[in-house]
Amino acid sequence: MSTIVQNHKKLERNVSLLGLFAFVVVAIGGIVEIAPLFWIDNTIEQVKGVRPYTPLEQAGRDIYVREGCYVCHSQMIRPFRDEVERYGHYSLAAESMYDHPFQWGSKRTGPDLARVGGRYSDEWHVQHLKDPRAVVPESIMPPYAFLAERELNPGDMTAQLTALYRVGVPYTRADLAKANDDLKVQADPEADTADLLKRYPKAQARDFDGDPSRLTEMDALVAYLQVLGTMVDVNAAAAQEELAREKGR
Amino acid sequence: MADANNVPASAGGKRIDEATGTSTVGHEWDGIEELDTPMPRWWLWTFYLTIVFAIGYMVVYPAVPLLDRATAGLWGWTSRGELARETKAANDGRAGLLRQIAATPIEQLPGKPELMQAAVAGGRAAFRVNCVQCHGAGAAGVAGLYPNLADDDWLWGGNLVEIERTITHGIRQPGDDQTRTSLMPSFGRDGMLTAAQIDDVVSHVRTLSGKEQPSAASARGAQTFADNCAACHGPAGQGGRPFGAPNLADQIWLYGGSRETIAASIHSAHAGVMPAWGQRLDPVTIKMLAAYVHSLGGGEEFDAAGPR
Repeated sequence: MSTIVQNHKKLERNVSLLGLFAFVVVAIGGIVEIAPLFWIDNTIEQVKGVRPYTPLEQAGRDIYVREGCYVCHSQMIRPFRDEVERYGHYSLAAESMYDHPFQWGSKRTGPDLARVGGRYSDEWHVQHLKDPRAVVPESIMPPYAFLAERELNPGDMTAQLTALYRVGVPYTRADLAKANDDLKVQADPEADTADLLKRYPKAQARDFDGDPSRLTEMDALVAYLQVLGTMVDVNAAAAQEELAREKGR
Repeated sequence: MADANNVPASAGGKRIDEATGTSTVGHEWDGIEELDTPMPRWWLWTFYLTIVFAIGYMVVYPAVPLLDRATAGLWGWTSRGELARETKAANDGRAGLLRQIAATPIEQLPGKPELMQAAVAGGRAAFRVNCVQCHGAGAAGVAGLYPNLADDDWLWGGNLVEIERTITHGIRQPGDDQTRTSLMPSFGRDGMLTAAQIDDVVSHVRTLSGKEQPSAASARGAQTFADNCAACHGPAGQGGRPFGAPNLADQIWLYGGSRETIAASIHSAHAGVMPAWGQRLDPVTIKMLAAYVHSLGGGEEFDAAGPR
């Protein structure tokens, strides 16, 4: 016992040694808690339907991040009964595997948005973003009317999707090459969307902001909100089976 | 004070403090020494207990990450499994009541006060999740956008059966062949009436609810109204529920009752939409929602619900 105490005294009196050993101890915690997430199979569920965001949705997502929506809204429904009854099926890790950065969180001033897609009409979203209190009198959300006035100008979408591709989002060559066209096609009710829908299954293509003549930031943000939580059919039999088999989580 | 003459017994060169009988740790700074007081027993044992607890926890709960997955733990607990159990328990607790509500035709609900009460409570909960975003927390709607459900003015009918049908099939819901639907012409935009004619009709419509006194303009408008509007809105503007045509003779105006807003409504018609909730909610929830909306104050009895 006394030799351990004596040796520990050496550690306490030598700052370099103390730093080195402190690093080793903290690293053990990190290795045990973080590293396995990169190799164990059940980190991300095997469910069908998750696809990369279309350029328009991605541009909307960038506006979402730019405006700091995440400060009040999380995108993570936890597997608790109160949350599931309020927001819908709990979020799956697979549903945010192409999110960079992810929008998880547990601090909510506004409601969780992980499954807001398809819940309201486009008109409702536009009305609500322009003047939240017009549709939800008790809301404390700031108005974002300017989004409908501003032309969508996200820069070169090919470059942006390429950056996402490099961190693991599986865009195809065609997706990257046509990114700038896809951006416009998705919000243009006149355009031919067959090619877009083939590459991005179940993408919703229409005018989102109620003004077909312009492509505004409102179009992009509403397109993004309308896709949230809709990619995986969580109540489908296959998805439920996969979730029922899970252990160790 | 570390006084060499004053050192009583020493353990390994450490001084025993006289006042406490505890040995010092053996070093001193400008005469200040540190007592080597042992941890309290209760603290030490609590610490050992937490270690034992942690080992037990690792055995029964998911804990240790291995090659392809973490250990599942002896109890097989998962957060998602617990959710499934809790949800099942809650559903089982309600199942009896829900079965009874499901088995009762909605016309007979008011005759069974216990079921009606449960249905209204269940409907209130479902309303808060699914309906408040448009119709508002108090169901008072939003002027110019979404109708008030707490008053006794109904576009498509206000008895339990009609409300249930509206919720199930929605209003102008594409792809639902029983949805409520009608199409008021855009008289101005499509060139069916001139601006002057619309102006006259506005005068007439406003006399119906006493907002204006009859005038030469309203007299001209009355004929135009009879030719173009009365088929749906009724000869006296009392509305027509088969077409969801609002009553023009009362003081309730969804899209506004001023000259400008009425003229705008005639020029470019509104065609409000509501989702068909039958595609998303189960029939019992819809029945409970109907009971709740009906209970808000404006619900109509069945005998009063005939075509007007």
